[in-house]
Amino acid sequence: MLYREAGDFKTSYASDNQTFPIRFDRVAYWVVMAFAFLVLPMIMGDYWANSVVVPFLIYVIAALGLNILIGYTGLLSLGTAAFMAVGAYATFKLTTSFPGMPIYIVFLLSGLITSAVGVLFGLPSLKIKGFYLAVATLAAQFFLIWLFTRVGWFFNYSTTGQISMPERSMFGVLITGASASSTAVYFTCLIFVVGMAWLARNLTRGTVGRSWMAIRDMDIAAEIIGVNPLIAKLSAFAVSSFFVGVAGALTFAVYLGAAEAGEAFGINKSFLVLFMVIIGGLGSILGSFLGAAFLVVLPVILKLLLVDTLGWPADLARHLEVMIIGALIIIVLIAEPHGIAALWRTIKDKLRLWPFPH
Amino acid sequence: MSDTVLFAMEAALNGLTVGIMYSLVALGFVLIFKASGIFNFAQGVMALFAALTLVGFQNGQVPFAPLINAIFGTSVHDFGFNMPSLLAIPATVVVMVGMAWLIERLVLKHLVNQEPIILFMATIGLAFFLEGLGDIMWGAEVKRLDVGIPQGMSGAVDDFTYNWLGYGFYLDTLNLWALVIAGIMVTALVIFSQYTKQGRALRAVADDHQAALSVGISLRFIWVLTWSIAGIVALVAGIMWGSKSGVQFSLSLIALKALPVLILGGFTSIPGAIVGGLLIGVGEKLFDFFMQPVIGGATENWFAYMLALVFLLFRPQGLFGEKIIERV
Repeated sequence: MLYREAGDFKTSYASDNQTFPIRFDRVAYWVVMAFAFLVLPMIMGDYWANSVVVPFLIYVIAALGLNILIGYTGLLSLGTAAFMAVGAYATFKLTTSFPGMPIYIVFLLSGLITSAVGVLFGLPSLKIKGFYLAVATLAAQFFLIWLFTRVGWFFNYSTTGQISMPERSMFGVLITGASASSTAVYFTCLIFVVGMAWLARNLTRGTVGRSWMAIRDMDIAAEIIGVNPLIAKLSAFAVSSFFVGVAGALTFAVYLGAAEAGEAFGINKSFLVLFMVIIGGLGSILGSFLGAAFLVVLPVILKLLLVDTLGWPADLARHLEVMIIGALIIIVLIAEPHGIAALWRTIKDKLRLWPFPH
Repeated sequence: MSDTVLFAMEAALNGLTVGIMYSLVALGFVLIFKASGIFNFAQGVMALFAALTLVGFQNGQVPFAPLINAIFGTSVHDFGFNMPSLLAIPATVVVMVGMAWLIERLVLKHLVNQEPIILFMATIGLAFFLEGLGDIMWGAEVKRLDVGIPQGMSGAVDDFTYNWLGYGFYLDTLNLWALVIAGIMVTALVIFSQYTKQGRALRAVADDHQAALSVGISLRFIWVLTWSIAGIVALVAGIMWGSKSGVQFSLSLIALKALPVLILGGFTSIPGAIVGGLLIGVGEKLFDFFMQPVIGGATENWFAYMLALVFLLFRPQGLFGEKIIERV
């Protein structure tokens, strides 16, 4: 009986348009926030923080970015990992060139630089769409990675070709580098996730988001009713790349600590983020969270179950994981094209009527 | 003639023969795209899977041996006999046809009338599934594939060009064979689609699904047929690539290059796939040859994609494709 609109009177326009119109959802939101900020850091061990929670949070940002492009604007991109690499290398260049710059500002600037690169590679989207565009973004993937592994300027001519993050702190707390505490890393990622999810949610339900969705549903019709496709498509690329760039910056700076473009940002990572978006739900903010959680946790569970419990060889478990992911993609596309998020939506609709469905 | 010109010519010639390999993969894409409007991302992995299966049959490997061993604690590996290529190739063809049938049954049937982009993503899922399946079925280690196609430097080409130009070109015999096989395959496909009943039905479906349905052509049969042919084309491509560089995962990455080939040649044109493949092959070799001193090597990784990107901006339908007309 908790999940009801009834009795929750909206007295202003703002409250009528809020993100969570149902009181239960609002309470749940604040409970989750309190849990994430207050409880989780206390109970979470280093292993869980480093191998599950931090990658999850970073992938959420990447998935949000890709979801804006695919789910909201209908432009397919296979170059996500390359744009993450742009964010990572931008962070590296900025922080080594200007060591005094606050690291959070560096992350945001890296996002903006990635935005610019994203717009550049988004230009073909004005003429082409569908899988034609997918091939164009593959060009970004292979070209950018080649650039980052070949041109010495990007990795400061280091002999290994790797970039490694120097130690940086924010508000007097060490955030990057090997000796940074996992709690500091966790809070950094969490702050960015909360901020960017808020940004994504509010962008997608405002004018910009509506113009994106109009382009997605039918670009010619959208053009006729006055949506400028140039602005809509390029802004989608810019915002999406900003998210992906920040995710890449965080991957490199706080999660990996050192990276090599070909290994850390190969094409498989592009597919991984794409799968998160598909499985989680195209065109859904919640879906980005669910998809990222699912694909981060799945390998961990499979490893626990198959390798540690049953004693299978690790590579066999990995192949099985690839197979399962592939099968899941097909199943999700057939059975529930809007992903796990759509299941949640169905549950909510049923909850509203429960226990009297008629 | 100066040395640079000769070297460039050799590079171009090698590019031509590598390009044929790209064309082989691209052919499979075109077939499926024409018949069902599906952009089959899994074509490259299908080539890998076909090659893996062929090697597995040749060596008499037990399918799913790693999985069986892990579950039952046994250590089976092979049946202890080698299958001759003449037997293994038809067996692989049967597997590919069976796979085509399963794909139609389990995947395509449920996705009829979905948007092309959804189907495209489904084939990405299919690619991952097949990749995992191939590794689990036959093991992930790099395998040598030999079906009796001669390899190594071609003596005839070397002698001929030496006598003619005073400099012997290096050409792999395998690539020359690829040229011959691609020629045979294209001819066979053209004959099949022009002169047989099923081939005509295939073209009818490619033209208009509904009209084809209304004159009594079974769409589902045609789809199975197309995917089977694409599977066989994948097998040929897998054999050629596998003989060249061993059967391994990178095979499916090389096959990704069929995508820019298609953009160049046009998605709906079989000659386009061949010409596109040749252009990309020659282009990337020449680009690498001339630009290596300036911007460094390994440009082959991206040249094809960048070329396709430029093409997309100016001629999205490719060289030979039908003009993309969008009706509201």
